[in-house]
Amino acid sequence: MQVTLAHLKRGERAIIVDVSSINIPLKLLEMGCLPGNEVELVQVAPFSDPMYLNINGTHLAIRKETAIHIIIEITNE
Amino acid sequence: MSKQINVALIGNPNTGKTSVFNSLTGLNQKVGNYPGITVEKKEGICKLPRGVKAHIIDLPGTYSLNASSLDENVVIELLLNKNDKDFPDVAVVVSDVENLKRNLLLFTQIKDLEIPTVLVINMSDRMKYKGISLDIPYLESQLQTKIALVSTRKNEGIDNLKTLISNYKELSITPCLNASEIDKEYFDNLRKAFPNQLLYKLWLVITQDVNFGKTDRNEIDAVADFKTKTKADLKRLQQKETIKRYQFINNTLKKGQTIDLSTAKDLRIKLDRILTHKIWGYAIFLVILLTIFQAIYDWSAIPMDFIDSSFASLSEWTKNSLPEGAFTSLLAEGIIPGLGGIVIFIPQIAFLFLFISVLEESGYMSRVVFLMDRGMRRFGLSGKSVVPLISGTACAIPAIMATRNIESWKERLITILVTPFTTCSARLPVYLIIISLVIPEGRFLGLGYQALTLMLLYLIGFGAALISAMILNKVLKIKSKSFFVVEMPNYKLPLIKNVALTVVEKTKSFVFGAGKIILAISIVLWFLASYGPGEEFNNAEEIVTEKFASKHLTEEELQNEIASQKLEYSFIGLTGRAIEPAIRPLGYDWKIGIAIVSSFAAREVFVGTLATIYSVGSDEEETIKNRMAGEVNPILGGPLFNFASGISLLLFYAFAMQCMSTLAIVKRETNSWKWPILQLVLMSVFAYVVAFIAFQILI
Ligand SMILES: Nc1nc2c(ncn2[C@@H]2O[C@H](COP(=O)(O)OP(=O)(O)OP(=O)(O)O)[C@@H](O)[C@H]2O)c(=O)[nH]1
Ligand SMILES: [Mg+2]
Repeated sequence: MQVTLAHLKRGERAIIVDVSSINIPLKLLEMGCLPGNEVELVQVAPFSDPMYLNINGTHLAIRKETAIHIIIEITNE
Repeated sequence: MSKQINVALIGNPNTGKTSVFNSLTGLNQKVGNYPGITVEKKEGICKLPRGVKAHIIDLPGTYSLNASSLDENVVIELLLNKNDKDFPDVAVVVSDVENLKRNLLLFTQIKDLEIPTVLVINMSDRMKYKGISLDIPYLESQLQTKIALVSTRKNEGIDNLKTLISNYKELSITPCLNASEIDKEYFDNLRKAFPNQLLYKLWLVITQDVNFGKTDRNEIDAVADFKTKTKADLKRLQQKETIKRYQFINNTLKKGQTIDLSTAKDLRIKLDRILTHKIWGYAIFLVILLTIFQAIYDWSAIPMDFIDSSFASLSEWTKNSLPEGAFTSLLAEGIIPGLGGIVIFIPQIAFLFLFISVLEESGYMSRVVFLMDRGMRRFGLSGKSVVPLISGTACAIPAIMATRNIESWKERLITILVTPFTTCSARLPVYLIIISLVIPEGRFLGLGYQALTLMLLYLIGFGAALISAMILNKVLKIKSKSFFVVEMPNYKLPLIKNVALTVVEKTKSFVFGAGKIILAISIVLWFLASYGPGEEFNNAEEIVTEKFASKHLTEEELQNEIASQKLEYSFIGLTGRAIEPAIRPLGYDWKIGIAIVSSFAAREVFVGTLATIYSVGSDEEETIKNRMAGEVNPILGGPLFNFASGISLLLFYAFAMQCMSTLAIVKRETNSWKWPILQLVLMSVFAYVVAFIAFQILI
């Protein structure tokens, strides 16, 4: 099932599918947010914004407005 | 003359570049566990084997050669400009063993610029803990470089690094990737148009964001038959490039690095579950802040009292043991009390720097950024603005520099403009002395009233910053794209050496920086207070003796009357009384007026100024505090420093922009006089109005 990263729940794992949206800053890709990489939601602030992610071992936080442009495939519940 | 080579330390943020820099040069630049500690170029010298001397340049961290904030741009500008006097003969790419994959992205980009490169893999002490092992010879052959495995914490591998740098002539300059693979046709055209240029450098120049690149694009636009691509197309190519680089890196690491997850321990997960929690996270943050205020207030009371009384006796001793004369009284009445007014605050300042430095070194700061981002956005700020606002409690100057890693110009400008509202350490002396005079000592829920008042003042400072940010956000018509990506570093046990160094260095520079100003001001003040024009000053003895002839004063009372007559008609007294009408509605007398005027140079001068003015007029050994408590309001009677005038003063200092160094930094960082002048005028007018209202209501 393909959804956006904003739908990821805590503890779920997913694979990044598509990051070609123009709204995704290059910096995020350079930090490892690339198709094929695994992403996990570590923690969310109130209202799920920002989101604290673990992408292939890199820990970073991004805002929801960015997360809705990243397409992922959830692999486990 | 021995040869000198340029060595640039480049790497992702928070990989330990500054730590390596300090190890190589023996200097003590600031280190901290937060991405974006270094925001400008720092330089030092290192002696290498075989008589080579290296000029070492520490740079801000950057994730890649595509800049997205001002601090990152420093690196790109240096690497793209061969004529820069600092252009590196050797690039030392510093990476963190725990994030090698991500760190290598930048490494491959630098290799493509064909600069001789050494790879430092730092934090090797963490390898065992994380179950990481590396095949160094394999990595060296794949990455076409020399590798130094370093741990600056354990001081390992630095000598090896020095040797590698000194052999810089043998380093390979073969690129890791072929840039033209990204889009063959495009790059072929590029090569034809600029046959003498390095292809990858051209590519970087073309793709630099216009906001940051001062790099010369005109050269490229000038070639007519060269078709530029649209922004979206360029971006797609950059994505492609990044993916290509990661493919190469993944292949290299597959063989070169093994991670045994079974031995890896991770404290981070457990800590983050609590520290970034929706409720507990905020609660803990609040408790930390409360502890800091209580510490600043309660723990430092004892050393403060001791320093205060020591300076009073020192001044007395000087007066009694040196031969009488102008110099002795300058020393005893001008310089010593003035300096005492700053030395007394060393304990508090040291505590403040201690806490901030522990927050930075532990990695907690990034968690605060995460927790606060959403709330801050409402005020037109970014989560990253929290760091300047917190470190602004030490000093606004480094805090304003720390805004350089905020990507959006609008968010950054607003942060710069509102940071001076936060209660910096220079306000602390003023607050502390006035609170101790006008707020009673009782306790409420275990917290002293005085500590609570202090906390309230900090909250007022933050509140003013936030509200004015909100207003600025509405008023300022600046469009700038905003995005937010922040790395969450691992937690680290703060290194006692780093923390202690920060505390000592910062406290020292606070005391000496303020000390110099205070020394100058107190000499000037003493002079102005000890001499005066006209009859009333020069014939003070006769005038006073005559005036009180019928009152039968004791000798001592008479001397006091003479002294105060003299002070009143001295140069300073006349000036003070000229400005008195402007400040009387706020509840101050002319002495406070002089102290306020002199604190436009720097706030912390306030107490020293009062100390100097008061001691010129008196003979007894007295602490600053007792002197202030004894002052009488000349018009209303009763103590001068009472609740109403005290609160009015506190509020005035909370809002007024009284720091020339901050104004200078704002000018530098915003590149215009408009913003600092706006700050000065608006903040000071606002301070005056609030202080006026407060006094009139409370009186
Ligand atoms: N365990 C360990 N920690 C280290 C080592 N070297 C540096 N650190 C820590 O890593 C953190 C970052 O160090 P800095 O030297 O400030 O890093 P930087 O690359 O200059 O960071 P920025 O200037 O923010 O880009 C600090 O908390 C250091 O104490 C090391 O060899 N081992
Ligand atoms: Mg640094």
